[in-house]
Amino acid sequence: MKQILIISGKGGTGKTVLTSSLAALAKAAVLADCDVDAADLHLLLHPVVKGTQEFWSGQKAVIDDGQCINCGRCLSLCRFEAIKALKNQDGSLKKIEIDPIACEECRVCYYTCPVGAIQMEDRLSGLLFISETKYGPMVHAKLGIAEENSGKLVALVKQKAQEIAQAEGKRWLIIDGPPGIGCPVIASLSGVDLVLVVTEPTLSGIYDMERVIDLAAHFGVLTKVFINKCDINWDNTRTIEEICQKRGIEVIGYLPFSEEVVQSLILGMPVVEYSKGMIAEEIITLWKKIEAIFQKEGKS
Amino acid sequence: MMISIASGKGGTGKTTVAVNLALSIPERGVQFLDCDVEEPNASIFLKPRIEETVSVSIPVPRIDQEKCDFCGECAKICAYHALAVLPKKVLVFPHLCHGCGGCSLLCPQGAITEQDREIGRVEIGHSNGIEFIQGKLNVGEAMPTPLIRVIKEKARRRGRWTNPASVTVIDAPPGTSCSVIEAIKGSDFCILVTEPTPFGLNDLILAVEVLKKLQVSFGVVINRSSMGDYRVDSYCQENHIPILLRIPFDREIATLYSQGIPIVQEKKEYIEDFRQMMDYIQELLPT
Repeated sequence: MKQILIISGKGGTGKTVLTSSLAALAKAAVLADCDVDAADLHLLLHPVVKGTQEFWSGQKAVIDDGQCINCGRCLSLCRFEAIKALKNQDGSLKKIEIDPIACEECRVCYYTCPVGAIQMEDRLSGLLFISETKYGPMVHAKLGIAEENSGKLVALVKQKAQEIAQAEGKRWLIIDGPPGIGCPVIASLSGVDLVLVVTEPTLSGIYDMERVIDLAAHFGVLTKVFINKCDINWDNTRTIEEICQKRGIEVIGYLPFSEEVVQSLILGMPVVEYSKGMIAEEIITLWKKIEAIFQKEGKS
Repeated sequence: MMISIASGKGGTGKTTVAVNLALSIPERGVQFLDCDVEEPNASIFLKPRIEETVSVSIPVPRIDQEKCDFCGECAKICAYHALAVLPKKVLVFPHLCHGCGGCSLLCPQGAITEQDREIGRVEIGHSNGIEFIQGKLNVGEAMPTPLIRVIKEKARRRGRWTNPASVTVIDAPPGTSCSVIEAIKGSDFCILVTEPTPFGLNDLILAVEVLKKLQVSFGVVINRSSMGDYRVDSYCQENHIPILLRIPFDREIATLYSQGIPIVQEKKEYIEDFRQMMDYIQELLPT
């Protein structure tokens, strides 16, 4: 089984549009949406949920007002500004409060409270879905609003998807990645065979692409670049080609800006199935190139 | 006042709105914070002169092997699995450490001290009268929030933050998780930028949930408004969410964006649009 991760650094360059189309082209694939913060792949693949799993992760500190003696020890030790002192009108300490959003779940307050007034409570921080689409099984998730541990949920999504791919003997695992270069992206990267960086010829797109390429290089993963909306600024498209050439990275495909993409989004379908023309052809070519990478590898 | 610019979905135009708003209200004494530290892009448009660079670190444990008796307490209490204790050795995984200080505080032998590990940098400068602060997470680092905390701390120490007449514009990261919260926290108002597509709507609904949870007032900017469908409009109407501004799809704007040129620099008519948006926001705020 080969794992392909689609990332971009910058948001909105076309990761999900491309992932959905590759999903439609790859026969025998399992699909995973690792953008657990703002998942969108389901809007194009319309998964039917077969199983839901609760994602319990981390524990937030909770204070028992009845036991708290207002000593302020937790207040001075918390490094995440999660513990706040509410004052009376005369300035004296009224009550200690823990902000669950700021709590980093480190447990320092829990271990150091002299009267044991702080407990750690389990939290349901998201849901994981195992679904079926017309293109194959799909694993996706929804992180609770303002929750932490997106990296852990991403790791769980990938693990489930890998298990399904192995159990069902699927050849591909196609993963829609999150934007950025932080914790969920790092979690998405582990164990993948190919990173497809989707960029656009804007200065922001180029800057963000370079950072995400650096990240993939940091983890030693084979990386290819795909330039979306390549006709928005041809000079920048050339710059991307030069950067990639210097780094020894292949530019594996291009798409021009197209209203067809917007229309396919609105209809909720992969653009490769909506487009009758060049857009579909370019994506089919891309998929053939990806297949060829691993065929070559298989022979050697 | 503090105005943050956010969106569930990436690439909807957060930086565009933040930069052009900042440039349209020069008389307000603007402070601009780029809190999208994983991929900071505002400097491409504002081209600030950086005057000061601050290294941001988190304290990670250092074990004194002489004092350590390998009791295993540190590994037991570490919530992030950043320590492992073997029979004759303690392993530290600095990339997993959140810098809470628990291990050094609780080590029974006092064998743990802390040393700083850089996770990124904060840069401070000026651009056209705008006070500019941005954070850059080092590649390979997982945690953006400590950097965002430092950006806001630096901003707070500077005069404009406390001047009620001035405006602090915050360019937030995409998504709905901890780094977004850290960026938006404390804002008087949040502008949610979206696009009129099913993706834009889906992620707008998520972002609205974040703001309700944080109890920050908000409104919506619809970018590329001429391209898509009406579902974002209907959603805003049904939920009584003010639409602050519509920016139509325009190939000229897309080209300017690709070159790192702010819209208001070339298309002056937009200055008035952003100023009106600012007035509208003032009206929406409780006095």
